Amino acid sequence: MTEKTRTEHLLNSVQMAHFVSHGAIRLDAVVPEELNDEAMRVLPAGVPPVPYGTPVVGAYPEGSFVRRLLAVPRIAGAVRSLVGPGPNIDHHAVHVRGPREGEAQPLHADAIIDVRPDAFDVQLMYYPHAVTLEMGGTLSVPGSHLRRTNESDTGRYQNLRGQDRLVCPAGTVVFLHHGLWHGGRRNDSDTPRYMFKIRFNPTVRQRLLWDTSDLTDPRVAAALDTDFPWYEQATGRLERYQRVLMWRALTGDDTFDLDHWVTRVSNRPQEATT
Amino acid sequence: MTPSTPAPAPAPATPSAGAVRQRVLVLYLSTSALDSHVLGWSLYDGTGRTAPTTGDSEEPPYATGVAALRDGWRLIQASQLVPPYPGHEYDVSFLKHEFFFEQLVPTAGAH
Repeated sequence: MTEKTRTEHLLNSVQMAHFVSHGAIRLDAVVPEELNDEAMRVLPAGVPPVPYGTPVVGAYPEGSFVRRLLAVPRIAGAVRSLVGPGPNIDHHAVHVRGPREGEAQPLHADAIIDVRPDAFDVQLMYYPHAVTLEMGGTLSVPGSHLRRTNESDTGRYQNLRGQDRLVCPAGTVVFLHHGLWHGGRRNDSDTPRYMFKIRFNPTVRQRLLWDTSDLTDPRVAAALDTDFPWYEQATGRLERYQRVLMWRALTGDDTFDLDHWVTRVSNRPQEATT
Repeated sequence: MTPSTPAPAPAPATPSAGAVRQRVLVLYLSTSALDSHVLGWSLYDGTGRTAPTTGDSEEPPYATGVAALRDGWRLIQASQLVPPYPGHEYDVSFLKHEFFFEQLVPTAGAH
């Protein structure tokens, strides 16, 4: 993976805005078939754990399966765009939903409540085989990542309008913001469902790390303004407010706004300097 | 603290003639009004006849809270309207408008 190759596959601003509004970005069938086949031989045996905070180069030897997975150009470009160069590995895990195991995970966000306004972790979720609706693909709730809740305290919520019940082709990778509500669904098929997860911790400031050549594209604001059918009428407005703050942190542009939501309630003319 | 033998679990209640079990429906609505539209839903079935779980359906059972009332569900709890904590007025967190309903269902042993 050369620097040029990695740069050519960076996310663009519209994709980053999609990540900020949805809390996830999905790359369908991005992993080559031969690597997917290898994954189905490697993952059932598990991937040895590494200490929290291990750099990628220390976690996965050169030439190893995981290292080659992370070198897939579009995966490398997305990781670079989201968390920058040299991220650390928080942890990784092979998740298996057994055939007809009868239970789903409660809706949750991983780790503990994490309200950092100017940094975020990213979780890579890799599906080496095709996932059907019956196989218990990951449930996720688009736009839930900025809600301040702790782990499985959201377990009471079984279904929300607009939820995403993952169905995907082999080799699909989804990148999740650390706060996104998700859970493994009940596998009602006769086939085990595999997913390999890696959580990345950034080691650099997450600002303008992507391909910013389209930063002023109107589709950026449109993506940031996405509505989701599970939002309460009033709270949906606060979601826009929170996204504006996140986009400002990501770009360094403290004047950015959507429909005046942040500007209006920040206006303190009596404190203006003359 | 010395480990102790846990108390035995109570024997499951045996349905008797006329016994009922509770089914619970939780609806999350768009506003605090019971006739606003449903955003989220959960079901818990005390009869054991069904096993609803996370991510098992795409469409809500009712369009509004009132539609559930009209179908015979009894409202047993509604979330209170709580002002935001000072300094946290713009935070987003749990769904605000949660309504609990119940149905009392005769069990198989009921005559």
